[in-house]
Amino acid sequence: MDFGPYLMLATLEGAVTAAVLALTASGLALVFGVMRVVNVAHGEFFMLGAVLAWWVTHILGGSAAFGFVVALIVVPVLVGLLAAITDMTILKRIDYDPERTIVATIGILYILQQVTLMTYGPDARPVVPPFNTRIALPWFEFVDGKISLYWPWGLSITSYKLAVIGAAVLVLIGLWLLMTRSKLGLLMRATEQDRDMALAFGIPVERVYALVFGLGAGIAALAAVLIVPIQQAHYLMGHDPLLLSFIVVIIGGLGSLPGTVLAALLIGLSDGIISVFFSPTLAKILATLLVALVLVFRPQGLFGARKA
Amino acid sequence: MSLLSAKGLSKHFNGLVAVEDVSLSVPEGQVRALIGPNGAGKTTLVGMLSGRIAPSSGAVSFDGQDVTVWPAHKRIAAGMGYTFQITSVFPNLSVLENVALAARRKVSENRRVIETVNVALDRVSLLDRRSEVAGDLSYGHQRLLEIAMGLAQSPKLLILDEPTQGLADGEVAAFNTLIDELRGNITVLLIEHNMDVVMQVADFVTVLDAGKVLFEGTPDDVKASAEVQAVYLGGGDAAA
Amino acid sequence: MMGGMQKSLLLHGGVLVVLFALQFVLPAYHHGNLARIMVLASYAMGYNLLFGYTGLLSLGHALFFAAGLYGMGLAMSQFGLSAGIALMVGILLGALVGAVIGALALRTEGVAFMIVTLMFAQAGYLTVLYFGAYTRGDEGFVIAQADRVLLSLDLSDPTVRYFAAFSVFCAVFIMCYLAVQSRFGKVLIAIRENEDRARMLGYDVARYKLAAVVLSASLSALAGASYGLLFGYVGASFASVQYSIFPLLWVLLGGAGTVLGPLIGTLFMFYLIDLSSGITTAYMLIAGVVLVFLTLFAPQGLMGELRRRVWRWLP
Repeated sequence: MDFGPYLMLATLEGAVTAAVLALTASGLALVFGVMRVVNVAHGEFFMLGAVLAWWVTHILGGSAAFGFVVALIVVPVLVGLLAAITDMTILKRIDYDPERTIVATIGILYILQQVTLMTYGPDARPVVPPFNTRIALPWFEFVDGKISLYWPWGLSITSYKLAVIGAAVLVLIGLWLLMTRSKLGLLMRATEQDRDMALAFGIPVERVYALVFGLGAGIAALAAVLIVPIQQAHYLMGHDPLLLSFIVVIIGGLGSLPGTVLAALLIGLSDGIISVFFSPTLAKILATLLVALVLVFRPQGLFGARKA
Repeated sequence: MSLLSAKGLSKHFNGLVAVEDVSLSVPEGQVRALIGPNGAGKTTLVGMLSGRIAPSSGAVSFDGQDVTVWPAHKRIAAGMGYTFQITSVFPNLSVLENVALAARRKVSENRRVIETVNVALDRVSLLDRRSEVAGDLSYGHQRLLEIAMGLAQSPKLLILDEPTQGLADGEVAAFNTLIDELRGNITVLLIEHNMDVVMQVADFVTVLDAGKVLFEGTPDDVKASAEVQAVYLGGGDAAA
Repeated sequence: MMGGMQKSLLLHGGVLVVLFALQFVLPAYHHGNLARIMVLASYAMGYNLLFGYTGLLSLGHALFFAAGLYGMGLAMSQFGLSAGIALMVGILLGALVGAVIGALALRTEGVAFMIVTLMFAQAGYLTVLYFGAYTRGDEGFVIAQADRVLLSLDLSDPTVRYFAAFSVFCAVFIMCYLAVQSRFGKVLIAIRENEDRARMLGYDVARYKLAAVVLSASLSALAGASYGLLFGYVGASFASVQYSIFPLLWVLLGGAGTVLGPLIGTLFMFYLIDLSSGITTAYMLIAGVVLVFLTLFAPQGLMGELRRRVWRWLP
């Protein structure tokens, strides 16, 4: 394949990564933005989404599309509920102390991961996509000074991958509307601005926190359900999304939704393109170092305004 | 000879002027009071003198050296003792260890540390509470512990940021006596709201208003100044 | 009636005597385990110096442990250095990495410090994988038995190994015991309790914190290098995030900011995981449950609770 078509393919694959990453990271950003806590177990909620999606489609059997649609609706709700319960039983009791929350969510990470290992097992299992048409893509070349299209061999994408991108965009728009236009979003933003003031105004801060924590995990689970037909479900699959979400959320300016989406696009696309040319390990090393240095040298702008 | 002096100190926060072109000079051995209504810039000024806040412009010199760019810990090590306006002790450590931490920076031998601690605690009448946990002390006693921590450093200059705030009347009287005992031995910069204390213990008073030096003089001059009366004493703050 | 100082000396000395004596009575399996535990507990003590005493929670200590491990291992496998010199190389590399990471990460605090250390350690782990040609990546490499000789003692012999592990533990234990009661240690505690106040007592807080990081990193590297040398294996899993979480877990369980806590926590956790791994492959579940339980109900850990309730003199 020539360079041009190759780059286009890498860009499209990168766009799928970026879309899923944008969703997963938004969940993390939402939780950090409103609650000012870092949820280290975020990747495990993602993993749970994928594994539960396998369970749901497996139990329902029948048509792939039906099982998948049920999973798409049921799984994020289940994971969100589980997260909300975690919030109320654990995080609330340690009063959302930032450092203790990290330690507690590390514990939750292991619990979720290991319970999955005990029940679901160590195997990676696929979920059949609801539809999966291969779409060949055209490229152009100059023949006698005129542009003409042709279909290079191997330059194609599946309809499902395009649908993933579309779905991610829709969910992100929905989340944006929820945060900016709804009463619920107003409550969240009020809590984010000043927790004590929100309490004084009679906002049920505890319930808002449980809801936000559940919503954040639910969005990660939704991203996982979307990706599982492409990636397979495995009990260790939460690690990479967690790390990448951290990177995205920090570069995007912790807690800011538009910044997060933009950073996800940047990382997702460049990850796809860079790993075409460089070793993916080297790309990851550079990305983690970049994030560490961003936090060291630009903490004020990128880490949001931490209360002293 | 002046121990501490500031020349043209200013501090702007995002365009807001907190302190504007303040110069002052505290001679060795003096008890200097710094007063002014809330928002006059006292805390910012003291922050710049002690190195907690970097000035926008101007210079600070201490004990014959230009310390403008020195970090706070270096100024303290050079002989500035500092007590916080909002009580800041080590709440989980014993009273003894709180003061010992203050003493140990200069004195290394264990026996002499304990001696220094005992002298400092005795001065503020906390000696019999030395093995209690600092966080368990009453508010007033924690204020006194702060002062003991300042004394244990045997500083050349002791900066006391509203030391009598929240003290009972008897404790305020004891504080006045303490300052009288110290007079002549060390230099004191006292940020104070309680005008009775200022009138009793200060040798000289600097009045700050709206970030500028409004007036300087003896306590009697301050009392007599119509200017100060109008801006400060008349403002209702005097009663506080 | 003994004073706190004597009681504390007696208790800590007694622990060392018991550890020394145990080698004569333990069956081979537990004998080997305890040698491992003593080296890992040294790692935990290094971690405790920073987390328990200075109040800095790092999520990236595997980087320092691995610096010691790989510094030692590569010095032997790539440069053919002898065990003793390789051990020094490991410790020095740990100190150097500690100084660089410390200087950078200490510009942040709290949650940002945790994330920054996590990220640096992750970059370190990936670097080990990236240079797979030398490190042999995940698979790791073995240090030949013939090379594991220090002062003409065969470190692979169980008796020698136990004694070597005990020596490392002893050295770190006594150092920590003295350090936390010295002026240096007391300033670290002051920084943990109230950093601003410590600064306004004239202590150069930044320098003390950097010194704490470097010391903690060096001890972690000593443990890492010793571990590789005594058990003959160098692998990337020791650089993974799990090995950053372990010392946190051990120290939290045993009691952060106590000299004995790291040993107690490592001992308990080692056997909890050892026992449960006989039953299930999901043995890290125990680690998760313990972490959550400790955060919720016993943030002081075992020795911390003991100090709070009974032995107030515990250092």
